[in-house]
Order: sequence, then structure tokens, then C-alpha cells
Amino acid sequence: MTKPALRIDGLSHSFGSRKALDRVSLTVPAGSFTALLGLNGAGKTTLFSLVTRLYDSTSGTIQVFGFDVRRDSPAALSRMGIVFQARTLDLDLSVRQSLMYHAALHGIGGSRARARTAYVLEQFGLADRLHDKVRNLSGGQMRRLEIARALIHDPALLLLDEPTIGLDVEARQGLIREVRRLAAEEGNGVLWATHLLDEISTTDRLVVLHKGRILAEGSVPEVLAQAQAPDIQAAFLKLVEATGRSAAEKEAAE
Amino acid sequence: MSARERTSPLTPGGYAICFAGIVWREALRFFSQKGRFLSALVRPLVWLFIFAAGLRSVLGVSIIPPYETYVLYEVYVTPGLVAMIQLFNGLQSSLSMVYDREVGAMRILLVSPFPRWFLLLAKLIAGVFVSILQVYAFLFVAYLWEVEPPMIGYLTLLPVLVLTGLMLGAMGLLLSSLFRQLENFASVMNFVIFPMFFASSALYPLWRIQESSPLLYEICRLNPFTYVVEAIRFALYGQFHGSSLAIVASVAAAFLILSLFAYNPSKGLIARRGAPAMAD
Repeated sequence: MTKPALRIDGLSHSFGSRKALDRVSLTVPAGSFTALLGLNGAGKTTLFSLVTRLYDSTSGTIQVFGFDVRRDSPAALSRMGIVFQARTLDLDLSVRQSLMYHAALHGIGGSRARARTAYVLEQFGLADRLHDKVRNLSGGQMRRLEIARALIHDPALLLLDEPTIGLDVEARQGLIREVRRLAAEEGNGVLWATHLLDEISTTDRLVVLHKGRILAEGSVPEVLAQAQAPDIQAAFLKLVEATGRSAAEKEAAE
Repeated sequence: MSARERTSPLTPGGYAICFAGIVWREALRFFSQKGRFLSALVRPLVWLFIFAAGLRSVLGVSIIPPYETYVLYEVYVTPGLVAMIQLFNGLQSSLSMVYDREVGAMRILLVSPFPRWFLLLAKLIAGVFVSILQVYAFLFVAYLWEVEPPMIGYLTLLPVLVLTGLMLGAMGLLLSSLFRQLENFASVMNFVIFPMFFASSALYPLWRIQESSPLLYEICRLNPFTYVVEAIRFALYGQFHGSSLAIVASVAAAFLILSLFAYNPSKGLIARRGAPAMAD
């Protein structure tokens, strides 16, 4: 059986006394587009930081295609491409230099790096901007460049943390379309963090994260059935409300 | 090629490519920021042309090793200015690390599959490489200003610059891990650079300092920057000053170990506090 692109079990993390994630478990199957839905402050970025091992979790495990992120981080990290929420481009470099630098960070150089650079730029419609400085790109082009960069080493798992922030409607739709195509045609497992309901399609897998806890996980119809709601917005509100209620009841009982 | 069947990038060739990429990026950034290169060059030259020239008539320097004759104050102060270039560069590159962390470019470096110690060391060495370029550009201009050490000195200086650059770069790396925001770090530079520079043998020989203030003399002796200056001073005259080199190497190792600890994903300061803009 194919191992999931990403599997998280019982992941918890705290910053001092503040619990950012509480026993989070989720799976991103290979070739799937999984939307991670949560409000600002839900813990999405902390989750991404732990998966990419910017820092380690307090407890729990993270596996990328079966490779443990802590114990076998080179194997895990070499299989994932990341687009962080905040822009992480070096504005002083050209488009080509950005990609060649990133390829080098994955041990890819020479003709292979050049070939991958040409390929990903072609894929994301940036081939004609090869020698332009990154600072001269539009916001949408910068985001496309970041995704192209995340794919330079041909990862099988793509993590995107609210990648459409600051983009106009057209750029947003184009970006989602391109990433969905990567999942469907190239078999990439995709974890797409968002707080925007209209970025989620009924064919996606959905994970709802709220205040550091997973409220629901499954295909969109499964989550709707679990919440007994007609659409994603209603389902999200019901799940969040139910959590708030149970927390209040627990507090009252204590 | 499929990532799913890919072999580990952690081969000797992979390490070499990654290292070259990090150095290349630092060099590109340095050369694209012409203002940075100019200010790195102008700063010590202002000291040499104005400060040292002004003090020439007031401060004579007696015969102290490695000098074999009386030397002009400009000659005496040149190794200190070389060290100053490296001090500024070490702090400048750590400043860029704080900036990189703030804007996120540092995250891209740290999510590379190569070990974190290797990535940070490569970045450190890249910074040292840039500082050495600045030093030799400064020494060229100083040579035209009649600061003329023996030719062999330019050669013996090189390995010492690598060591002193590593020490000051590692210090900057450690400092960069302590500060989350650029604004905080910029103010810290003033508290680090100026005391380190002035409370050392960069501008005055230690024996002169001892005559005027025994307390300041002791502070200078405890300041590792003094040994950076002395190691450079002797190397520039074709000699290796063993005790200074040993102290610089030890301090460099200590700073390096501490900074690697600070950037360790499971134990370090960043793990405990989270990086900026990450605590969603």
C-alpha cells in the first residue's frame, strides 16, 4: 500500500504556557488536495513550522512518506516543497538565481538544476521572466515563483500556508487551479492551509483546525455529514460552535 | 526523475553544491548591494585618512613586536581597522540573518535537507569570504597611503583572517539567534561594536592603556577582540602569534557551539520561542 504523503499523529506544541497545537492527527494521501481550514490563530502556521522542522514538537510524530521528520529529516525534507505564508523571496536575486540557489540547497546543481529551472518556470508561466529581478514581479508572479521554487527538487509533498494572501481574485483562482493540477496529474500530495471557504472544492479532502485542535477530517461530504450541515460554511460554524459549547460545559463542570 | 525514488542529496557532491550555492548567494547579495561594499570600505578609510592622520603627531608608537622600528600611527592602527572590517561584517551578516528570519528567507535555508549545523557553518563561511574581499580591498588602498607591510604578510594574513572572521561571524550568529526583530538587533550592534573596538588594542597599544588606566587595561585583556587585532597585526608582518590565535580559535569554537545550540530545532532558543510571524 502507498504510504501517505504526510501523516501526523498526536502532535502537540506549546509556546511557554500557551498551547498552540493539541494532539493533532491528520493524513494527506499521495495525489490528494487536502485543505486545512482554520481561522487566523488556529495553529496552521505552527503546524507548518513543525512539519518543516523549523523547530521540533513537544510530543507526537510527523511522517513524510513514512520518513520521520525528526529521526530522518533529510529524507523527509527532501520530499517536501514549502510555500510559507509570509513571502520568503530574496528580492535582490533574479528569478533564475532564486531557483538555482534553492536547487543548490537541495544538492542539485549544474545541468540538472538548469533543466529543472526551465521546467518549473515553463509550468508556471514565468519562462520569459528568467533574468528579471524578483522585486520587479507582481504579487501573483511572486507567489507563482515561490511555488515553482518549492517544486525545483521535484518533491512529492507540497505544503502551502495561505498562499493566496494578498492576491486578486483572478490570481487566486489561477494559483489554486495550478496546484490542483499538480495533485491530479503529477500525483503530488498537497496540504493547502486557508481560512477562505471559497478555496475549498467539494472534491477536496478537508481538515478543520480550530484553536490548535482538529475538529473534523475527511472528504468534504464526510465532513458535512459529520457536522450535519448543508455546506462548508455552515459545517465550519457548527463545528466551532460545538467546540465552544463543550469547552464551556467542561469549564462549568470543573 | 521522481522524488519518491530519489536518492539522498547528502552525498559529498550534494554538500559541495549546497555549500557553493550558499557562498554564491552571499557574494551575489554583497555585489548587488554596492552601498554595502562602499560603506565597508569607506568606514576604515575614514579612520585611516582622518583619525589616524590627525593623531599621527600626538601618538608615536615605540618599538613593540611585531614592529622592528618606530612606526607611524597609521601603520599601527591598520590591523585594528582590518579587524574592524571583520567585526562590522560579522555583525552585518548576522543582521541580515535577523532580516532573513523576519522576512522568511532564513526559513528557506533551514528547511533544506542538509544538517542545520552545516547550513549555518556554510552561511558563516560565506560571510567570512565576503569580509576577506573587503579586507584586501582596504589593504590595497592603505598600501597607496604608504601602509606597506611586507609582501609575505598579505599571504600569512589570509588563514588568520579566516579564523578571526569565523570568530566574529559566530559571535554575530549567536547574537542573531537572541533577537527576534531587526529594530532590537540594530540597537544591540552599538552596544557590541563600539565597546569591543574601543576597549581593545586596535587604537592604542596595551602598555599605553595600562599606564593611563589599569582597569581599562584589564578589560582590554579580557576582550577577545584584542586577540583578533593582535593575531592580524602579527600575521600582517609574516608572523603567527600563538597565544592570540589559540584564544581566537577557542572563542570561535565556543561561539559556534552556542549558536548551533541556539538554532537547534529541538533545544534552541528559537524552538522555545518560535520564530517571528510563526505563531499562528
